Amino acid sequence: MSDAVLPLRRAAPIGEALAGLMLTAPAAIAYAVMLLLPTLAAVALAFTDYELGMPGFAWIGLDNFSELLADRGFAVSLRNTVIYVGIVTPLSIALGLGAALLIEAGIRGRALFRAVFFLPVVSLTVAMAAAWQYLLHPTIGPLNAALRRLGIADPPFWLSSSDWVLASLAAIGVWENLGYTMVLFLAGLTAIPRELYAAAQMDGARRAVDRFRLVTWPLLGPTTLFVVTITLIRSVRVFDTVAVLTQGGPNRASEVLLYTMYREGFTYLRLGYSAAITLVFLVIVLGLVWLQTKALDRKIHYG
Amino acid sequence: MAGIQISSVAKRFGAVAALNDVSLTVGQGEFIALVGPSGCGKTTLMRIVAGIESADAGRILVGGRDVTRSRAADRDIAMVFQSYALYPHLTVAQNIAVPLAMRRLSGADRLPLLGRFLPGAARRRAAIAQDVAAVARSLGLEAMLDRRPGQLSGGQRQRVALARAIIRRPAAFLMDEPLSNLDAALRVQTRREIVDIHRAAGVATLYVTHDQTEALTMADRVAVMMAGRILQVATPEEIYADPQDLRVATFIGSPRINTLAAEAGADGVVRLAGEAVGLVATPGPLTLALRPEDLWIAESGIAATAEAVEFLGESVLLHARHASGEPVILRLPPEAPRPRPGTALRLGFDPARALLFDAAGRRVAAHAPAERALV
Repeated sequence: MSDAVLPLRRAAPIGEALAGLMLTAPAAIAYAVMLLLPTLAAVALAFTDYELGMPGFAWIGLDNFSELLADRGFAVSLRNTVIYVGIVTPLSIALGLGAALLIEAGIRGRALFRAVFFLPVVSLTVAMAAAWQYLLHPTIGPLNAALRRLGIADPPFWLSSSDWVLASLAAIGVWENLGYTMVLFLAGLTAIPRELYAAAQMDGARRAVDRFRLVTWPLLGPTTLFVVTITLIRSVRVFDTVAVLTQGGPNRASEVLLYTMYREGFTYLRLGYSAAITLVFLVIVLGLVWLQTKALDRKIHYG
Repeated sequence: MAGIQISSVAKRFGAVAALNDVSLTVGQGEFIALVGPSGCGKTTLMRIVAGIESADAGRILVGGRDVTRSRAADRDIAMVFQSYALYPHLTVAQNIAVPLAMRRLSGADRLPLLGRFLPGAARRRAAIAQDVAAVARSLGLEAMLDRRPGQLSGGQRQRVALARAIIRRPAAFLMDEPLSNLDAALRVQTRREIVDIHRAAGVATLYVTHDQTEALTMADRVAVMMAGRILQVATPEEIYADPQDLRVATFIGSPRINTLAAEAGADGVVRLAGEAVGLVATPGPLTLALRPEDLWIAESGIAATAEAVEFLGESVLLHARHASGEPVILRLPPEAPRPRPGTALRLGFDPARALLFDAAGRRVAAHAPAERALV
């Protein structure tokens, strides 16, 4: 009897495997062509001196990276990125959480406030940048007009002063990210059982801040971890506001990682060098993702 | 008077009246089960007593103190939730300690790192740990103090919830269907334990359930609630044998009490399908209600047809149908002869155990008639 069954059994896995391969093929091919190959190409490029339009290239090993280490411009760009991320991430998380808590606690206008805060996320940054340029304009901008009316005779030139440009861009970054973190926190808040708040009240958590510390904050743990990583990655990726509003200026004061990469690659056409910067960026992002998975394994899920 | 006093509480949700002038007193050390079908308002009432929900009208007194306007935290009441509502990120020991930590430690004491270095905080924490250990011991939870709720079985979680409720010795306990998430065997065992905890604590307990067995077995008194009103509050024995409302009679008891449409004529003689049943009451349409165990197969009496027999072990249920089409269930001893389906029967009963209700469902007095009134 087993003789009669075995050939069938043997035949089935081949057919199944084939079907499996065929079914995964579209996704696998798309992944390879769209993501894997370009990434590998960028990695390979990072070890060459290729420049766009040049007939050939040479493998130069780690020369691009040693040049990066010595490059003052790159150091400034890295430092600016860290400052930008250091302002945007904590602020957009704290404000997003605050907005989410207020909306959740509110009785009226929930949908309205949700939409208002989420609007920047869905709007086109390049288009909104024009509005920001007007708002922050040193002479005709409403912000400085208001400041002057408040008695500040000499308000800053937000986007054209090297002291203020990074802070101004960070403020726009917070405005962009806040809606996103808020929506994630709102989703996290709805997952907290109402009963726990009732229990906290019965247990003596009189003040809202007690209940926040006892219930809300710990139970938002997994959400917060996700929000932190996603916001870090989103703010490391800052590019469009810089490209549209300041082009890295004045005097490289707003030069950030991706803008430096763009400038090296598409203005100076040094694709090899640009790819080396991309690789640094990739390592940072992958590092953040790795940290997140580590933390997820370690903590904050309560089984 | 201590305990819980609920007077004339009303609550509406939009157009729906959830509670209608509800009054109930749970004496010091008394265990009252609030039982009713789902949606009858019993959980709403409990949440109003707890202070989680506010009443539209009426007053709540706990331990003689008016707490109607007090916050839940200030009412000196502990509650066991149906879902247990344990804090998933805290260990069992931390969960049990929360009510004490919230009361004995200041906000600064409870700060994650700094709190350890504040004067007196260490001593207060040690005292809390001692109390937690004592309560854990009394409930057999010592072995799992460092686990998280997610690592516990339903029964263990339920104990943790109980421990968290009793640790601070409140003036009253509220329990919202605490057994409904346990399997049947565990439920029977935990029933006893909850009653023991109640006795040991000696405080007023209001226990909400939809399960009449729980209500009858555990409570000193049972309050039956329907459609936002409390219909009757009485001992389990009285609720079962002497219900004051037809809805109470039909809700309590399993299988359900038999109800037959009857009528008392101008002479007061109660007749069922034209036959006198040996009772006298005020004239008018009536419902005659009889518990299954109060009926037997007799030579004469109510005419019915046997339909089916169910063997339950300690007894047998005989499903029959009255001539009017209404079903009648008899509980018979297991050794009694079992009539075949289709057999015509006569059912006898003791008039003293028959219950009569008027058209509005209110209980009416039934008298055994004088000898000659019997037809």
